[in-house]
Amino acid sequence: MDLPTAGAAPLLEMRGIIKRFPGVLALDAVDLTLRRGEVHALMGENGAGKSTLVKVLTGVYPRDGGEIVFGDQPLSVRSPGEAQSRGISTIYQEVNLIPDLSVAENIFLGRAPRLLGGARRQTCRQGTGGGSGDPRHRPRASCVGPLNWRAIHERARTLLQTFSLDLDVRLPLGSYPVAIQQMVSIARAVDISSQLIIMDEPTSSLDQQEVERLFGVIRRLRADGVSVLFITHFLDQAYEISDRFTVLRNGRVVGTFEAASLPKLELVGHMLGRDPSTLADISHQPLLTQEADQAEVVLQARGLGRRGALAPTDAMVRHGEVLGLAGLLGSGRTELARLLFGVDRADSGSVWVGRRRLAPGSPRAAIREGLGLCPEDRKTDGLVPDLSVRENIALVIQSHLPPLGRLPRRRQVELAERFIRLLGIVTTGPEQPVRDLSGGNQQKVILARWLAAAPRVLILDEPTRGIDVGGKAEIERLVESLAADGLAVVFISSELEEVVRRSDRVLVLRDRAVVAELTGAAVDEGTIMRTIAAGASERGPA
Amino acid sequence: MSEPTAARRPWRYRPGPTLWPLVALVLLFAYNALRTPNFLHLEVREGRLFGTTVDILHRGTPVVLLATGMTFVIATAGVDLSVGAVMAITGAAAALLLTRTALPVPAVVAGALAVSVACGAWNGALVAGLGLQPIVATLVLLVAGRGIAQLLTDGMIITFERPSFEAIAGGAAGGVPITVLIAAGVVLLTLLVTRGTVLGLRIEAVGGNERASRLAGIDAGRTKLLVYGFCGLCAGIAGLIATADIKAADSNNCGLFLELDAILAVVIGGTSLSGGRANLPGSVVGALVMQTVTTMIYAQGRGPEYTLVVKAVAVAAVCLLQSDLLRAALRRRSGELRAA
Amino acid sequence: MKHWLLRRHLPLLATCALCLGLYVAGAVLCPGFASLRVFVNFLADNSFLGIIAVGMTFVILSGGIDLSVGAILALSSTVLAVLIELRHVPVAVAVPAVLAMGGALGAVMGLVIRHFRLAPFIVTLAGMFCARGLAQIVHLEALPISDPGYLAATGWGIPLLAGARLPLTAIVFLAVLAVGLYVSVHTPFGRNVYAVGGNEEAALLMGLPVGRTKVGIYALSGFCSALGGVVFALYSSSGNPSAGVGMELDAIAAVVIGGTLLSGGVGHVLGTLIGVLIFGIIQTGITFQGTLSSWWTKVAVGALLLLFVLLQRLIARTGRGR
Repeated sequence: MDLPTAGAAPLLEMRGIIKRFPGVLALDAVDLTLRRGEVHALMGENGAGKSTLVKVLTGVYPRDGGEIVFGDQPLSVRSPGEAQSRGISTIYQEVNLIPDLSVAENIFLGRAPRLLGGARRQTCRQGTGGGSGDPRHRPRASCVGPLNWRAIHERARTLLQTFSLDLDVRLPLGSYPVAIQQMVSIARAVDISSQLIIMDEPTSSLDQQEVERLFGVIRRLRADGVSVLFITHFLDQAYEISDRFTVLRNGRVVGTFEAASLPKLELVGHMLGRDPSTLADISHQPLLTQEADQAEVVLQARGLGRRGALAPTDAMVRHGEVLGLAGLLGSGRTELARLLFGVDRADSGSVWVGRRRLAPGSPRAAIREGLGLCPEDRKTDGLVPDLSVRENIALVIQSHLPPLGRLPRRRQVELAERFIRLLGIVTTGPEQPVRDLSGGNQQKVILARWLAAAPRVLILDEPTRGIDVGGKAEIERLVESLAADGLAVVFISSELEEVVRRSDRVLVLRDRAVVAELTGAAVDEGTIMRTIAAGASERGPA
Repeated sequence: MSEPTAARRPWRYRPGPTLWPLVALVLLFAYNALRTPNFLHLEVREGRLFGTTVDILHRGTPVVLLATGMTFVIATAGVDLSVGAVMAITGAAAALLLTRTALPVPAVVAGALAVSVACGAWNGALVAGLGLQPIVATLVLLVAGRGIAQLLTDGMIITFERPSFEAIAGGAAGGVPITVLIAAGVVLLTLLVTRGTVLGLRIEAVGGNERASRLAGIDAGRTKLLVYGFCGLCAGIAGLIATADIKAADSNNCGLFLELDAILAVVIGGTSLSGGRANLPGSVVGALVMQTVTTMIYAQGRGPEYTLVVKAVAVAAVCLLQSDLLRAALRRRSGELRAA
Repeated sequence: MKHWLLRRHLPLLATCALCLGLYVAGAVLCPGFASLRVFVNFLADNSFLGIIAVGMTFVILSGGIDLSVGAILALSSTVLAVLIELRHVPVAVAVPAVLAMGGALGAVMGLVIRHFRLAPFIVTLAGMFCARGLAQIVHLEALPISDPGYLAATGWGIPLLAGARLPLTAIVFLAVLAVGLYVSVHTPFGRNVYAVGGNEEAALLMGLPVGRTKVGIYALSGFCSALGGVVFALYSSSGNPSAGVGMELDAIAAVVIGGTLLSGGVGHVLGTLIGVLIFGIIQTGITFQGTLSSWWTKVAVGALLLLFVLLQRLIARTGRGR
């Protein structure tokens, strides 16, 4: 890993950070260094470890190894409150303030000035932590008396004015749009600490104008000597605002680079784990024969879109075809899948199965028409943890039965055992509760559930996540044989090679819109990566 | 490649869900059998079985019935605080029908149970249709329900004289008290339906992970409505028994505090308050455990106040054992073994 | 923006309107209703409910619930009566002891809720069982207090106009209300309660002492329940272990009707006062009426509770479409 030497001592050094969760090594000896007054982007795909690293830094998780040095002193905080008192503030993707309380109160919650005990205390901190933070904010002798509301409102107003915001600070925070709420949380963070501000996906719910305003604030912070650690999956934004990148992949640091000297294509390659320079332009072997192109269109989206999730999109899959969706995290792949299946309600457009229009927003209707969706997040959307393997597998096929319909146990057991064999699910038997299975095997159970339902179209969202190499190969072979039997498949994966190997056509998504459709020989990793990397902005060498 | 092998998995003792409550019940019975000379004694008088054990079963019937309905409500991650009030309403309705109309007893029973099902459906509509929190939704009926029952009886205790109705509580068939037969019948029928059809799977899926169940095509709203309606029905049956027992509709005291007993029985029986696996046999055993404890306390000459404290301790103990923290600690240990 | 504010406070406005409406209706329909003495009776008759409801307000503001308040009221009144009557403990010692007991019980429940992360409703349910049982174990039946000093206190009061008198019970209620108001608006603890109820995760991430606040809330509720028990003993000159059955529900109803959201984060102690007043008005109105049975109160309260919960739900739903 190459770390360009900087003149002054770094603000933050994280060395060899290790974090384990049951069954998984989330951070594997991660090193990260932040200079003073720099904007540093932390990038990586889902599960790369970005959020975990931040949570270890801010004390939400204890670390299992490694050390952290902040401002020349070792750092070992046990709670976000402690991290704050040391000078590290965090802003999250979801605005983590209290919407029902006023703007001013949100800024000063936990450290509000009081009326008594001497004239005009600066701030009066309660809560956890003491520690050596910014001397200006160390607690005075005693803060007593009722809250000094006038001071709170005045100081809030002045603070926000330095951000060019002229708000009525007495109104509830929730009455302002999300972009303004973000600004308020930044204002709070800046007021608390002037050393390091961590921003975790701050632009996800902002439009272009609001992003520009945010970046203006960040540039000002940089000029004032504040460091910003900026987590994002938007490539263009990262290039626009950051000085350096650190890319994580599977809990390890792939590298730290100067933004000015990293070609976009290379960045994409690092994030996806593919080295673009070694990629030969192997032309893809088409899986379908010529006639297959005339096969019946089974699933079709016309102008399907949802504000903030996906721009209006057309897409279609034929009988026996595998359509791959490729793109980085946040590009809209899962959103498209959810819109197709009816998990989320579309703002525009429609979904057609064969010649019938699908009732919007109803997974039940989708299942009735022969759709299936193997979701990305198996924990929240897939598993019923207390139920057994057998019951989880039987969960979809029961949906066509009437309220008191029978599904003989023997049949369920047969089904379960068949898929345990077919997918190689490691379990003590069909009766084992799924929460005892390892992640990969849980994934297989969810997959089995949908395969058991024998749909016409199956949408697979990251079906091989968490599964070992052998298991992945099995699933891929299964998909291939199902497609050969006529099943239409929509295949979403962050593993480019998988998408390329299995798909007949690929839709490339970026920043919540479909930017290209590749067929035949164009379906190869190099083309896909180049398509993703070709951004609208001119910044950064491309 | 991988076939299902047991090689990597450490053996974990996983007790059956009903094991602990059953052990508790057996221990209690053993303790009583040793301490009290005639505890297990049974005799037949006037064609009916008598004995302490029969007494426990007979007196425990209302809570067993309430617990049966409550099990599935709790399995969907809900709760029904109004069952006591529904008992009172049902009793009042039955008494009214008996005294003000000339309807035959079966019609009276059907009418009163229809009222109780309607109450349950009301709760279900609030929870499933309007999305209210179950505590709040059933709180409304709890507060207003007893008032409604009182209004039905005009604030009075309505007595009646109908032997065929009173037989619900007092009669016996083949020596076994009818109440016990009713409870057993309801429990068995419910087991049959939930285990033998997809309904049980749907209920447990909705409670275990509602989002996943919706994505799998389960109509969570309809399932919840059904579950609350059934709970109302069970409360209605319990109310009829309680009313027949005293030959009167006492809206003030009918089913008072019994909702808490029912919740406790379900919790002891192993169904988690956060929803998921429903353990009906466990709830029944839990109800019997509580009734045994109550009988023991009375037998020692102490009043009902002691039963309250004991129940409180029992709730606390069971909840702590079930608590997430403990579960997480156990899982962490097994997870580390898995990762190794 | 203004319109957002309005929508948020709609429940409270509705409550005020309702209270006013009910009062006017009562004044019109029942002669003698609109007198100062009757109004003072609203406060006095419901003083212990009101005190409990203030404590409950804090609990519900934080997103929790406390089912043990009625039982702790009964326990406190009984223990107080036993201490004064049977053990001849001076009143000045007995009262603080009982209050401390209430606070301690509440704190224990709060600790269990915080450390074991159990649902407040089941923990306070167990607390309710326990307290109710303990009350009856301490003394099975109601125990009248005949201590002369104590009895003198029951007759004490501030004279008002028109021959009306503000009795001690009402004074305590209003004092508790005032303190509750101050704490909820002017102290960090009070604001933390709002924060925890508004968005607990955010409060944690903002560095607020969420755990300590939670324990404090339940301790406060226990303290208020005990104080309610003391006032109840004052009101009825006796300690009664069967008192307060179902009072927790009345308290919850008063708080909800007073505009506090059950989900927490929004609400006002003043709203609780209005909720309690509405209670009093309904009850008095029905008694005055004479023809309606007193059970209509329960039905009316249940219906109002439902109405306000639905109103809150409606607001929450439309609020989300932003």
